[in-house]
Amino acid sequence: MNVVGKRRPRTDSADRVTGRTRFVDDLTFPGMLHAKIVRSPHPHARIVSIDASRALALPGVHAVVTGKDMPVRYGIIPWTHDEYPLALERALYVGDAVAAVAAIDEATATRAARLVDVTWEPLPHVLDPEEALAKDAPKLHDEARHGNVTKHVELVFGDVDASFARADVVAEGEYFFAGSTHAALEPHCAIGVWEPTGVLTVYSTTQVPHYLHRELAHVLSLGADRIRVVQPPLGGAFGGKSEPFDLEFCAAKLAMVTGRPVKILYTREEVFYAHRGRHPMKMHMKLGATRDGRLTGCDARTLIDGGAYASFGLVTTYYSGQLLTAPLALEAYRFQSTRVYTNKPACGPKRGHGSVQPRFAFEVTVDKLAEKLGVDPIDLRRRNLLAPGARTVNELLVRSNGFAECLRRVEEASGWRDKFRKLPFGRGVGVAGSFYISGTNYPIYPNEMPQSGVQLKVDRSGRVTVFAGTSEIGQGSDAMLAVIVCEELGVPAESVRVVTGDTDLGPVDLGAYSSRITMMAGNACLQAARAIADQVRAAVAKRWECAPGDVVLAAGQAMLREDTARQIPIAEAFQWAETDGGTLGAVGSYRSPKDVHGEYRGGTIGASPAYSFTAHVAEVEVDAETGEVKVEHLWIAHDCGRALSPVIVEGQLEGGAYMGFAEAIFEQHDFRPSGLHRGPSLLDYRIPTSLDVPELHALIVESSDPEGPYGAKEAGEGPLHPSIPAIANAIHDAVGIRLDALPFSPSRVLATLQEERRC
Amino acid sequence: MLTMPPFAVVRPRSVDEAVDALAQGGRLVAGGTDLVPNLKRGLLDPKRLVSLRRVAALRGVHTEEGGALVVGAGTTLVDLAADTRVRETWSALARAAEVVASPPIRNVATLGGNVCLDTRCAYYDQTDFWRGALGHCLKTCGDVCHVVPSGKRCVAAFSADTPPVLIAYGATATLVSARGSRTVPVAELYVADGARHLALDPDELLTEVRVPRPGPGARAAYVKVRSRAAIDFPALSIALVLARAGDGAVSDVSVVVGALGAKPRVVDGLAAIAAGRPLDEATIGAIAERARAACHPLGNIDIDADWRRAVLAVQVRRALATLGA
Ligand SMILES: Cc1cc2nc3c(=O)[nH]c(=O)nc-3n(C[C@H](O)[C@H](O)[C@H](O)COP(=O)(O)OP(=O)(O)OC[C@H]3O[C@@H](n4cnc5c(N)ncnc54)[C@H](O)[C@@H]3O)c2cc1C
Ligand code: SF4
Repeated sequence: MNVVGKRRPRTDSADRVTGRTRFVDDLTFPGMLHAKIVRSPHPHARIVSIDASRALALPGVHAVVTGKDMPVRYGIIPWTHDEYPLALERALYVGDAVAAVAAIDEATATRAARLVDVTWEPLPHVLDPEEALAKDAPKLHDEARHGNVTKHVELVFGDVDASFARADVVAEGEYFFAGSTHAALEPHCAIGVWEPTGVLTVYSTTQVPHYLHRELAHVLSLGADRIRVVQPPLGGAFGGKSEPFDLEFCAAKLAMVTGRPVKILYTREEVFYAHRGRHPMKMHMKLGATRDGRLTGCDARTLIDGGAYASFGLVTTYYSGQLLTAPLALEAYRFQSTRVYTNKPACGPKRGHGSVQPRFAFEVTVDKLAEKLGVDPIDLRRRNLLAPGARTVNELLVRSNGFAECLRRVEEASGWRDKFRKLPFGRGVGVAGSFYISGTNYPIYPNEMPQSGVQLKVDRSGRVTVFAGTSEIGQGSDAMLAVIVCEELGVPAESVRVVTGDTDLGPVDLGAYSSRITMMAGNACLQAARAIADQVRAAVAKRWECAPGDVVLAAGQAMLREDTARQIPIAEAFQWAETDGGTLGAVGSYRSPKDVHGEYRGGTIGASPAYSFTAHVAEVEVDAETGEVKVEHLWIAHDCGRALSPVIVEGQLEGGAYMGFAEAIFEQHDFRPSGLHRGPSLLDYRIPTSLDVPELHALIVESSDPEGPYGAKEAGEGPLHPSIPAIANAIHDAVGIRLDALPFSPSRVLATLQEERRC
Repeated sequence: MLTMPPFAVVRPRSVDEAVDALAQGGRLVAGGTDLVPNLKRGLLDPKRLVSLRRVAALRGVHTEEGGALVVGAGTTLVDLAADTRVRETWSALARAAEVVASPPIRNVATLGGNVCLDTRCAYYDQTDFWRGALGHCLKTCGDVCHVVPSGKRCVAAFSADTPPVLIAYGATATLVSARGSRTVPVAELYVADGARHLALDPDELLTEVRVPRPGPGARAAYVKVRSRAAIDFPALSIALVLARAGDGAVSDVSVVVGALGAKPRVVDGLAAIAAGRPLDEATIGAIAERARAACHPLGNIDIDADWRRAVLAVQVRRALATLGA
C-alpha cells in the first residue's frame, strides 16, 4: 500500500483552524430574510389560538407560519411519524416549536417572535419515565398504543433461568445513566431558497441530507425531484443533526411563502431544546458466572426516557439490548427494554447510539463479578472471548475481532500488572471493553437499493473528482474517499477533489450515522476506482505490450511493475484510456451482506457488515475528602480493522474517549420540576476544557475485516463506550466505592464515600 | 444567535468626561465580558453605554510610597496577573486574577468590572425566554425568589474572584462622580441584597483600588473551587491572609469567602480562636470549623450546596496548612 495507512495531515485542517471553512451560517444570499421560531414556555399545553397580527404589524416583518401551514406528520423512522414541523394542537416540552417569523434581520425577527400571541391551556406534565408509565399519567401521544410507551422490546436467547441456576456467582446492580447532549460547536442552521421555477434548495447543517430530502418532499408535498439539499462542512454533529428539525421545514416554507431566501440559525439554547441526545436509562443488569470465571448468562432490564418524540427511539430500544452480546460470549441472554415519552426535549442518537448506557452497566457488573471471583478483570474478560468468526448469542456474525489484542495493548501500555489493586488509597486503575457496528445492515426505510453510491470523474488533466452523497461532519469522510482514490489510481492527494453533501451532485448515500461511511461509501468508492484503474491499466498495457496486471499506478505515474523506470505521468495514462474508451467515469455502490444476523423479529437491528472492538484502561486519582475525581490517563486500544488514515483514526479515538470522560465526570442534561432545562448554555452545561482532559493514549489495533475496504471498520463511535465504565471501575480500585449512577460528580462521590463509611 | 438590544455608546477619554457622561445617565462598560452576555439575555436594557475603553488614566498598576499597591480600575486581568510586583507581594491577588474565566476573556476583562460584577443565580443568568417560562423573580420584575421562596430579598451569589482577596488584604476603593470623590473599604462596597448589591451610586465610577502592603511574615492564599479548571465561575472562592509573630504564633488571620450570597462573607470570630496560638492542627481545625459554621452556601449556584459547605472546611484547612508550612 502506498497511501493507505500512511500518516498524513488532513487536507481540510488548515482551513478549519484559520477560519476559512465556510459553514452554513457563513452563506448569505441577496434579499435573504432571517427567521426566528416561537417556542412553548410550557412543558405540556394545548394551543388554544395563535394571533400573529402584532408581529405582522412590526415594520420589517415579512411572514409568519404556524402548524396549520404544514399539518403533515413526519419522523426519521417511517413507523413512528409523531412530529409536526410546528406543533399543531399541543406543545409537548418547553421549547417545542409553534410558529416562525421571517423578517429583514435577526433582531427584528427576534422582536417579532415575542409579539406572536399564543393562548395556551397548560396541561399536566410528566418528566419521570416511571411516572409516565402510571395509568393516570398525562398521555403525550394519542396514537400511542400503550400509554406513553414508544417501544417495548423483549428478546430471549437460550435458557436464562437455567444459566443463573448453574452460576456459582452472580453480580448485579441498578444503574442510572443521566442523559447527555452532543454540544457540537456549530449550532444548527438552515437556509431555504425557492426559485421561481419551482425548485427548492435547502442548505442545512444536517448529517443526513438524503433523509432530509425525503422528509422535505413529504412534508411540503413537493416532488423530490424538485428539491436539492446542500450540506456544507459541519462544525461537529455527533448524532445531533441526524434527522430533520423544525428549522429546515420553516426556512423552506417561509422561503416559499415570501419568495426570498430565509435563514434560521439556532441560539445555543435552542440547540439544547432540539437535543436528540443520549437517552437517560435506568438499568437493571445481572450477570452469572461459574467458579472458574465463565460467564453463564445475562439478564438486562432497561427503562428508557425518550422525551417528547420518538426520534430514532425504536432503534435505540433495540440497540440498548442487542449490542451487549460481544466482545464477551454469553451462553444465555435476555433483555427487556421500554422507551417512554416524557415532556422533555426528545432524545435520539448520540455517538454510540443506544449502547453506551447499557455498556456502562454491563462493564461495571463484570468488574463486580471479577471482584467476587477474586479474578483480575482483564483475565476474566480473556476467559470469555468470543471465538473468531463466531456468531453472538443473538446471532450476529462477527468476522474480524481484535478484542484480545486490544486487551493486551491496554494492559501493557498502562502498566496494569503493577497497578491494579497495588496503588495507594486514592489512586486506581479500571478496565472495560466494548464493540460497535460499522454501519447498520438495513436502511431506515425498507428498500433494496444500495446504501452508498460513488461516482468518479477522471479528467485528462490528471484530476479525479469523487462525487458522493456522504456527509463530512468533521469525522474525515472526505479524506477517506480521497485516500482510496489515491491508493487505487496513483494520483497525488492534490489531484483529488471530493464533492459531497449535495443531493444534486452525488449519488444517494444514507448519511453520517451508525459509523457506516468508511464501510459503505468506502467500498463503493473502491469499486468505482478499481473500474477506472482497470481501464487505465488496459490502455497502458496495450501501448507497452504487456499484461494489464503488470502496470502499476502509483506516485503520480503509471509504471511497469518489473521495471519501474519505465513510466509515464498518470495524466497521460488517463488520456490513453480516454482515447481508447471515451470519457472516463465509473460508479460504485455498496449493499451490505444479508446473511449476518438471526431471522427473529428485530434480528436485523444491530446487524452490521463488521464490528469494531475497543478496550480502555483508566487511571484516576480520587480526593477522598472532596470527592473530586481526576482522570489522569485513558489508554484506548481500538480495533478499526485497518487504519486508512492513522492520524484521523487517532483523532477519533481521542475524541471518543474525551466525550465519554466528559459524560462520566461533568455533563448533566437535567431538568427542573417545571420542565425547564437547568442550564441550556455552554457555561452551565459543562464540557471539559483542554485543561481538564486526561492524557489520552490512542492505540490502533488492526484485525483486517474481510468485508471492509482494505479491511477497514469503524472508529467513530466504538472508542467512546468503555471510557465511562473504565473510569467507574478505576474509582472503585482507588477508593473502594461503586458508582452506579452518572455523572461521577464530586458531590456524588463524596456522598457515596460517606455512606460507605457509615456502613 | 441571541441578538443585542439597541443602545447608544459614548466614549469619554478622561475620568472627568466619563463621570460627566455618567451623570447624564447611562451604564458603564469596561471589558464588557459581563455586561454583554447580560444584554443579550435581556437582563438589562440601557439606552446608553459609557465605555471606559479609551480612558487611559484608568489603566495601570503602581506602588506608592509606603508600599501600597494601586491598581487602576481599567487594568486588564491579564496585565494585573502578569505584574511582577503583584506576583511577588500580593500573590493571592495575582492568583485570583489569573483564574478568572479564560485567557481570551482575561485579555479584555478589567479589575473594575470584576469588582463591580453583577450577582449570579441559576434562575437569573438565563435568557429572556427561560426566565419568562419560569416566572420572573425579585432581581428582575417578579415578586418571588426561586432560591428561597419565602425570602423577601434576593440572595444571588456574588461570584467575582478578586474581591474576596482584596477584602482579605484590607483594600480600599476610590469612587468618583461629578459630585466629588470618596474612598471606601472594598468590604463596604457590597450590600446583602442580590438585586442591589453594590453600594456605588449609579453616577459613581470606580477609578482605582488601593491594596496595603502585607506586614512582614504575612502570607496569603486564594483557593477557587470550581468544576472545570477554566471558564467556570467559582463554586466557592476563599481568600486567606495569615500573619504570624516571631515565635510562629498566629498574630492575625482573615478568611473571606465569596460565591455564597450577595456579598463576600468575612468570617468573624477568628481572633478569639486563633490569635496567639501556634498554627497547629487544632488551631487550623478550629478556623476551618468556624469558616464552615459562618458560611451558608445556597441553591443559587447549580452545584450541590451541602457539598460546597463540606469542601469549604477542607479547603480552608488545606490552605492554612500550606501557608503554615
Ligand atoms: C464565560 C465567562 C466566564 C467567566 N468566568 C468568570 C470567573 O471565573 N470569575 C470571575 O470573577 N468572573 C468571570 N466572568 C465575568 C467577567 O468576565 C469578569 O468578572 C470580568 O472581570 C468583568 O470585567 P469587565 O471589564 O469585562 O466588566 P464589564 O462587563 O465591562 O462590566 C461589569 C459590570 O461592572 C460595571 N463596571 C465596569 N467598570 C466599572 C467601573 N470602573 N466603575 C463602576 N462600575 C464598573 C459595569 O457597568 C457592569 O455592570 C466570566 C465571564 C464569562 C463570559
Ligand atoms: S436569588 Fe432569588 S431573587 Fe435573586 S436572582 Fe436568584 S431567584 Fe432571583
